[in-house]
Amino acid sequence: MEKLEFAKVGEAMYHEKLENGLNVFVFPKPEFQKGYAFFATNYGGMDMRFRLDGEWHDTPAGVAHYLEHKMFDTQEGNALQDLAANGASPNAFTSNDITGYYFDSTEKFEENLRVLLSFVSVPWFTQESVDKERGIIGQEIGMIEDDPHWKCYMNLMKALFRHHPIRVSVAGSVESIARITPETLYACHKAFYDPANMVLCVAGPVDPEHICGIAREILPKQAGPIAAKDYGEQESAQAAQSCIEERMEVSAPIFHLGWKGDPKTDGEDRLRQELVGGLALEVLLGNSSPLYARLYREGLINQEFGYSYESSFGCAFLAADGESRDPEAVRTAVAEEAARIGREGVDPALWERVKKGVYGNRVRGLNSFENLCVGQAQAFFAGYDFLRFAEVFASITKEEAEELIVNWVTEERTALSVVLAREEGT
Amino acid sequence: MSQVTHRELFPGVWLRTAHTNKFKSSYLSVTLLTPLDKKTAGANALIPSVLRRGSAVHPDMESLSAALDELYGGAIEPAVRKKGETQCVGFVASFLDDSYALKGESVLEPAADLLGELLLKPYTQDGHFCPDYTAGEKANLIDRIRAQINDKRTYATQRLAQEMCKYEAFGVDKLGDEAGVAAITPESLWEQYQKLLREARVEVYFCGSADPDRVAGALKRALDRLPVNENRVEPVCDVRVTVGPEPIVTEEVMDVSQGKLALGFRAGGQSCWEEDYPAFTLCNAIFGGTTLSKLFMNVREKLSLCYYASSVTEPRKGIVMVSSGIEFDKYQTARDEILAQLEAIRRGEIESWELEGSRRALIGAYRATLDDQGRQEEFWLGQSVAGLEDGPEELARQLEDVTLEQVARSARRFQLDTIYFLKGKEA
Repeated sequence: MEKLEFAKVGEAMYHEKLENGLNVFVFPKPEFQKGYAFFATNYGGMDMRFRLDGEWHDTPAGVAHYLEHKMFDTQEGNALQDLAANGASPNAFTSNDITGYYFDSTEKFEENLRVLLSFVSVPWFTQESVDKERGIIGQEIGMIEDDPHWKCYMNLMKALFRHHPIRVSVAGSVESIARITPETLYACHKAFYDPANMVLCVAGPVDPEHICGIAREILPKQAGPIAAKDYGEQESAQAAQSCIEERMEVSAPIFHLGWKGDPKTDGEDRLRQELVGGLALEVLLGNSSPLYARLYREGLINQEFGYSYESSFGCAFLAADGESRDPEAVRTAVAEEAARIGREGVDPALWERVKKGVYGNRVRGLNSFENLCVGQAQAFFAGYDFLRFAEVFASITKEEAEELIVNWVTEERTALSVVLAREEGT
Repeated sequence: MSQVTHRELFPGVWLRTAHTNKFKSSYLSVTLLTPLDKKTAGANALIPSVLRRGSAVHPDMESLSAALDELYGGAIEPAVRKKGETQCVGFVASFLDDSYALKGESVLEPAADLLGELLLKPYTQDGHFCPDYTAGEKANLIDRIRAQINDKRTYATQRLAQEMCKYEAFGVDKLGDEAGVAAITPESLWEQYQKLLREARVEVYFCGSADPDRVAGALKRALDRLPVNENRVEPVCDVRVTVGPEPIVTEEVMDVSQGKLALGFRAGGQSCWEEDYPAFTLCNAIFGGTTLSKLFMNVREKLSLCYYASSVTEPRKGIVMVSSGIEFDKYQTARDEILAQLEAIRRGEIESWELEGSRRALIGAYRATLDDQGRQEEFWLGQSVAGLEDGPEELARQLEDVTLEQVARSARRFQLDTIYFLKGKEA
């Protein structure tokens, strides 16, 4: 196996690409009780249109997520139950880009890993079980639709983007999931759950060679064809609409602000943009920035304020969210601050401090196995190694952050989504 | 393996250290333990937020953020928690462990100093809290109290506790209530702050690579302005054993698409101080504590009655709370089924995979506590409030011997006390 050392952050990562195309990454952690395994496919909610064996498929919204729910079914019963009976806490998630299955356990780790690899690679769907799941997922959709933060975020996606599939909810809608059949699920499993389209990341008190041995034993021996994805034509730089509003049962108005960016396609460019984007947000409106202090003092934002750089294939944006009595004023204040930064530049002392702070936070984040493993899986699919951040980070300049702010935080790239309280008597 | 020590720094001020090299960060917390009381809950919850706004040395958020950035993006957050009938207020902090500082500088001492400064050297005006910070944080706290309604799952459990323990301290929310918070003035808050510093039992916690003696030295220095008091108040909790003849039923209507059903049980005197505590925790795990539980496997998976159904215990209060999300018309069916699952446990109808799986899950969770600094701190705070010294490994060990019959006996002591149902507006 290949061993990569990341001395600065005290980590080592073992890597091997197996004969069947599966990439295995292992972070040995002998001093920990718990082992964590993450098995993921490069297939998420936005991969609705794809080509396999020369044929284009248009699938309903929510298939990747539906599949995630149904993968736990096995011919013998239910893998969730088998893992839980072994003391593991299994779960799974579907994001826009990927679907990942994971567990952690302090006992019987290797046995649990076999169960994980097996149930994810062997589909077992019946009409009856697929129909039954519709009710459960329908309930889940009902629950997230009641969540004002989720609604507000989805509305922001619709306002920022014209057609990119990130506009569509990962879980789909009650209508879209009504069209999902066992055949749909089998077809999508075949298209995307091939070892060559997947990664396995493990952290814990484990032996890397052993992990590869188990993967060889359980998974198919050869790589199969992988579907080609289609997200439509490149989005323009402008936001699709400037404002979007909705009324729900909330105590104070909730807002999500977004600034549409120019996505990078692959490799360390994506990592670099993520780091520059994160630093740009810190100096523009982060906890240590002058703007944040002013907005907080004026009561325009409270502790619920948060911000992040986000990207998926074909899209990148900056986002900030929170509660505010006047979200429009927050939008204006950020625009003015971006213009000021364009004129005067970022204060060098602030830049140095923020860089130190963000670095420390990133390193502290490595405590989490989940962060390490999910981070590496996502990074690998995007074309880089997660732990490279320490090296790349050191080389980022203040000018790069300034440039990103000036280019992205402009009137035509901004969208504001607001969820307001219902008016009395409605 | 981490080595845990507990020592008294000053009278009624305790330091617990977990010495370990396995994390990238050091975790530090200072918590004041005070009886949960409707009259003071709001002010106590407000104090750490107001303190976090600025100190005499770093009088505003900008200078505080700058100080934290210099400590490699350290975090110091106000924390308000409820453990049984004790309100726990203070700060939790996480800093880059000294081993990863880029120039080999030490982070622990300046971090402890900053924490002590926030707690003990507040920014003041005219001899009390600054009116501006007080008003701002009051508004934030009121927003937070109102925002609890946004998360319906948590809200339903909170309302259940409120209805069930109307006449007990446990019914008081950790954030207090809106009216109480609205009445606070900078002067009254200052008075409560002084009282808290004087009377509350203090628990300090550290987890990281630094030697425990060095940690004790740093924290003694950082906290030396705490008033000396030989009689700081010890936490207590009232465990009620019996319930009324009929369960209390409360229904509430809101504009939601999914109903929330919450059931509260008294455990008949079972609590963390009792010898049968391991059986009680295992019983809850089998009932609704894991994805293997009867509530999850039967009510959710087999019968598709709800999106989620789970139960938690409050080990100090000796109660069990079931929480579920259901369709409005499933109220009766879901309620009956939840109770039927409990009956099954009472009759000892527990498959061996349920018993062993739940046992392994609990033991795994205790062990995994050692791998997470935040969970470890939370665990030890709970033990400190209860006056108990058993660590996660001991509690895991005690679970090994619990028998099926002990679990059934534990379930037979559960008594349904209160039902809370949140439903949608009629079509």
